Amino acid sequence: MQDFSVATNWFHALLAGVMPEWLAVTLECLLIGVGLLLVYALLALFYIWFERKVCAAFQCRLGPNRVGPWGLLQSFADMFKILIKELISLNHIDKFLFALAPYLVIIASMLAFAVLPWGNGLQIIDFNVGIFFLVAVSSIGVLGILLAGWSSNNKFTLIGALRSGAQMISYELSIGLSVITMVAFAGTMSVGGIVEAQNHLWFIFSGHIPAIIAFVIFMIAGTAETNRGPFDLPEAESELTAGYHTEYSGIHFGFFYLAEYLNLFIISGVAALLFFGGWMPLHIPGWEGFNHVMDYIPSVIWFIGKAVVLSFIIIWFKWTFPRLRIDQLLSLEWKYLLPINLFNLVVMVLVIVYGFHF
Amino acid sequence: MITLAIQNATLAVVALLTGVALVAIAMWLAGMISPRSFNPQKGEAYECGIPTRGESMAQFQVGYYLFAILFLMFDVETVFLYPWAVRVRELGGEGLTAIAVFFGIIVLGLVYAWRKGALEWK
Repeated sequence: MQDFSVATNWFHALLAGVMPEWLAVTLECLLIGVGLLLVYALLALFYIWFERKVCAAFQCRLGPNRVGPWGLLQSFADMFKILIKELISLNHIDKFLFALAPYLVIIASMLAFAVLPWGNGLQIIDFNVGIFFLVAVSSIGVLGILLAGWSSNNKFTLIGALRSGAQMISYELSIGLSVITMVAFAGTMSVGGIVEAQNHLWFIFSGHIPAIIAFVIFMIAGTAETNRGPFDLPEAESELTAGYHTEYSGIHFGFFYLAEYLNLFIISGVAALLFFGGWMPLHIPGWEGFNHVMDYIPSVIWFIGKAVVLSFIIIWFKWTFPRLRIDQLLSLEWKYLLPINLFNLVVMVLVIVYGFHF
Repeated sequence: MITLAIQNATLAVVALLTGVALVAIAMWLAGMISPRSFNPQKGEAYECGIPTRGESMAQFQVGYYLFAILFLMFDVETVFLYPWAVRVRELGGEGLTAIAVFFGIIVLGLVYAWRKGALEWK
């Protein structure tokens, strides 16, 4: 397996050779920041294009196909267009909270983004409580959405924000319990440790039936957590114009759009990490030759490939299922997913402690 | 030589500042190049085309609070489950009986809320 920590250590030694230690560290932090920013923006633009293409395929259309090959540059063009749109100053809004809301939404997704395991030795933050940190920071996003809806002083945004708040906090429980189920199986909360634990076989295969149930619940709750899909009540366009970001214009609106697509990537990335081994190639015990062939594919491609395939499934949900009502949405979480999830955790613990097999 | 914990905390701050920089730079850029025009109608709330009636930061349904309170209880309880989940292999059957009491309280809480009708949307 290629190990990126060799490259980063070499780079650090190179920098430390020509300048003092503090300057080298500062420069590296700056480079990490710039790299994070570029990957963040490029991925979001790719996802906007990807969703439009997939949606078009489901509806027997072509989708964007004029700007660049296969319309690949369409979202770049859209980004420049949104940058030159006027930022309308409104009369009755709470100006400070209105400006603060996009910061919270973007920061939440950026911090969660930095924890993902991109490849072997290519992980920015590797806390020993990594997955817990990820769950914690991704819940900041709901604050931004609530603030956006409340500060806009508009009835549509208020209803959208409240629906979004109720939805996101409810489905956070299912996300948390699915994560606990897999943390119990892995025996560690560190993101790197969880990936290492799947060296022989991915958790979806080695975790018996509880892991599969946890995966299904995680995907459903993740779709709801990103306000997509059959769960897009917060921005139900036929009832609420655009939900919590109705009053935002130009690039101000663009931040919410960006964060929404990044959250889609983060949810699929975490699903890939917990159930499909993060950057770990597909290893099957006993098939030595096959495992060696799989090791030749770079780990970054494994991770991004898994995340894109999983987000394709989430996009598929959106263009297949009709939208739920708020009472159906809440009863799905509290009366079905939560009890199933609690039961699933017990089954998983019995599998671990007593070695039951299903 | 900086320790791993400090390195991770520093990088978390770097990621946070990157997020702030993304919004601040894009807002500054848009402020520089986007056009400006003034019209008294533009600042109005985006609703139906007719002027807004009444206060928009108004009272809303109590049901949302109810779910927020339920979430708070269950979320704090799941936070307590994390440390046990990490050590579940080492603790074995003994840890299982200990957590079963705690787990029973969570399930009892859910059953109580359900029976009381707190999970119905009214």
